[in-house]
Amino acid sequence: MGPVHKILTANRLRDGEVVYWASGRWVTDLADGEVFAQDEPAQEALKAAGRAVEDRIVVNPYLFEIRYVEGRVRPVEERELIRAAGPTIRRDVGKQARHVPV
Amino acid sequence: MYRYDEFDARFVAERVAQFRYQVERRLSGELTEDEFKPLRLMNGLYLQLHAYMLRIAVPYGTLSPKQLRMLAHIARKYDKGYGHFTTRQNMQFNWIKLVDVPDALADLASVEMHCIQTSGNCIRNVTADHYAGAAKDEIEDPRVLGEIIRQWSSLHPEFSFLPRKFKIAVSGSAGDRAAVKFHDMGVEAVRNDEDQIGYRVYAGGGMGRTPYLGYVVGDFVPRQDLLSFLEAVMRVYNQSGRRDNLWKARIKILAHALGPEEMRNQVAREFEEIKRFGSLYLSRDEVARIARYFAPPAFETLEDDPSELAAARQTNRSFDDWCKTNLAPHRASGYTIATVSLKPIGGVPGDISHEQLDGLAALLDEFGISEIRVSHEQNAVLPHVKQKDLPVIFARLQALGLATPNAGLVTDIIACPGLDYCDLANARSVPIAQRISERFADLGRQHDIGELKIKISGCINACGHHHAGHIGILGVDKKGVEYYQLQLGGSGAEDASIGAILGPAFGEHEIVDAVESVIEVYLERREKNERFLDTVRRVGLQPFKERAYATH
Amino acid sequence: MPLIKNGALVEDAFVNVGDEEPMPANGTIVSRARFGRDREALLERNAPLGVRLKSEESPESLGQDVHRLSVIVLEFPRFRDGRAFSWARLLRTRLGFKGEIRATGHFLYDQIAFMRRVGIDAFEVRENVTLTEFRRAMDEMTNVYQPSADGRKTIRDLRVPIAAE
Repeated sequence: MGPVHKILTANRLRDGEVVYWASGRWVTDLADGEVFAQDEPAQEALKAAGRAVEDRIVVNPYLFEIRYVEGRVRPVEERELIRAAGPTIRRDVGKQARHVPV
Repeated sequence: MYRYDEFDARFVAERVAQFRYQVERRLSGELTEDEFKPLRLMNGLYLQLHAYMLRIAVPYGTLSPKQLRMLAHIARKYDKGYGHFTTRQNMQFNWIKLVDVPDALADLASVEMHCIQTSGNCIRNVTADHYAGAAKDEIEDPRVLGEIIRQWSSLHPEFSFLPRKFKIAVSGSAGDRAAVKFHDMGVEAVRNDEDQIGYRVYAGGGMGRTPYLGYVVGDFVPRQDLLSFLEAVMRVYNQSGRRDNLWKARIKILAHALGPEEMRNQVAREFEEIKRFGSLYLSRDEVARIARYFAPPAFETLEDDPSELAAARQTNRSFDDWCKTNLAPHRASGYTIATVSLKPIGGVPGDISHEQLDGLAALLDEFGISEIRVSHEQNAVLPHVKQKDLPVIFARLQALGLATPNAGLVTDIIACPGLDYCDLANARSVPIAQRISERFADLGRQHDIGELKIKISGCINACGHHHAGHIGILGVDKKGVEYYQLQLGGSGAEDASIGAILGPAFGEHEIVDAVESVIEVYLERREKNERFLDTVRRVGLQPFKERAYATH
Repeated sequence: MPLIKNGALVEDAFVNVGDEEPMPANGTIVSRARFGRDREALLERNAPLGVRLKSEESPESLGQDVHRLSVIVLEFPRFRDGRAFSWARLLRTRLGFKGEIRATGHFLYDQIAFMRRVGIDAFEVRENVTLTEFRRAMDEMTNVYQPSADGRKTIRDLRVPIAAE
């Protein structure tokens, strides 16, 4: 079994949008999120995210596990899959609706 | 319906300003999220999976055309064009931005709407029978008391930081369409031997992890003392409700820990004292003032089953199908109560688009129906419909996609938003509802099955009211995979009961088959005119269990 | 900690003492436990006395002794713990307490108006709750729907009474 990969996520305070940490910035697409293969940098990013909470950028930052499926990042938990895409019952809303299908 | 006077209008306007200031202080950092959370919850604002969610109060489920139009406006301006009606008669919008909420609240206030106390550890929206004012079996319109309770509970200084949420329902007839026994407190209008109207008050009901039916704490509370009595119950709860464990903080835990005798004693003690103080005495004048707002419309003298109706039913098959299930008897001759199904086959239960909201408003105006109701079963109800208008009304509803002829049938499913939207969910609920709906789409089959209330929750919080489902389904997470637990025999009506779990949970791809198999057992074993619920109660779980797990 | 009483910043006339500390000469506030333990001696003192109640301690246990106390302090261990709202209400109504009810601990600006209504008249506030903020909190809602310990007129009282039918 390989290393556990994690991504750091939160919700933006002002509009509730699901965001992902990417080297000190917050991005809206999971594919652009920074992947941590080791615990230490992940925890450091989480700590830095705490400052973003104090600065009223985001709320409730936390790490969640992802794995690589066919070279693409995919959350392990269904909850994070849905959070990353949008409601499964309304494919026309949420992040999934913003993507141009490949 | 109730109309705000200058005091009510000022109240909601000031509440909006108060919240605006709270948002300012949050954005400036003066309030931390931990401090802000209960404040935003008390204005109905949740942070969900994808975004914030705003829960708008629909007091006792009643809306005017103007209010429908405003909901459509909110959907367009601040959200993604649709909303969701909940099992507590409220409206939810799933995509609102925190920074927009004060403006949205101001828009709502302009049509006498608000989000006050739709969440938080306080007294929530008071729900009532969606047939209020129209039902044949009505003793009195429960919304009069509903409005009185709403005002009394709004920003109540003593009860805004309760151990947990507190939900009150009011029923005005012998038939319970408000599920009073499943509420923290339920109020039921009753007549005594002297033919006076008083109130039977239940306490300690609830869904969730540990469902309970409420028991009677007040057998016959006179109207003038009703608020004093409610205040007494609230005080006992606020003082003694548990605050150490989130799962044991509702009044149902306290009520069943103390037991009925001790509970009644404690309530009685507070009640006597509050009555002595006299400040909550409900005068006849005050009740009359509120009751005036709920006076029924002037009903015309009309014939039952007019020829237009009979003719249309004969010539239009789909209209006839709709009439078979979606109409309920009205107290006035020539009128009917019509259920507008928000459960299209394969659709999302309870969801409604801005076009549909506007369309319903136009429909109400066209036919001079002054209000629409939202039921806790996530449908809309037109309370006062002239039977002769039904054919055209049906055509209008069809054009809006709101004419599904399935009220009370197997495809009239109640489902919480579930893991598709909700931060608390363990599993998705709506896709299961959709698949069951599609499996049983055939109307002939639906009629054969008859009345069957399926209720689905995506987590133990039971917002889908699965404990009160004839068939109840609870989504659970087993090692990251969605599983579904099946319960049978629940009921939210006057014959209230909590469903019993059938056995181990079913996988996502098994649950619909399991539901179909228990329905098959019902069809095989039913006697006379038994509904599904009746057969379950008569034969017990065993035959259903055997079949459901036969190929498990 | 600043003390706001009856809408003004005031000097605290009392000293909080722990359960084993000696009693000073002037106004003192002791815990409920100490009051229970040293009741006779405490009541005999010729100085104002106060009792501090934890959120789980109902003032009912003080009974008629409340009339011999100058101040009762209600603790808010967490702002979510709303028991003190009922304690204050009971003190004013059931027990008829006329002295100072003081709130201490963790409560929000947004709870102050409610606290005032149930009969709390003194507030140990955090630094950021200035007098201006305090007064603003009191004024946010002009009218109230329900009666409480403050005896304030409700919206029902203010509405023009309808003619009897």
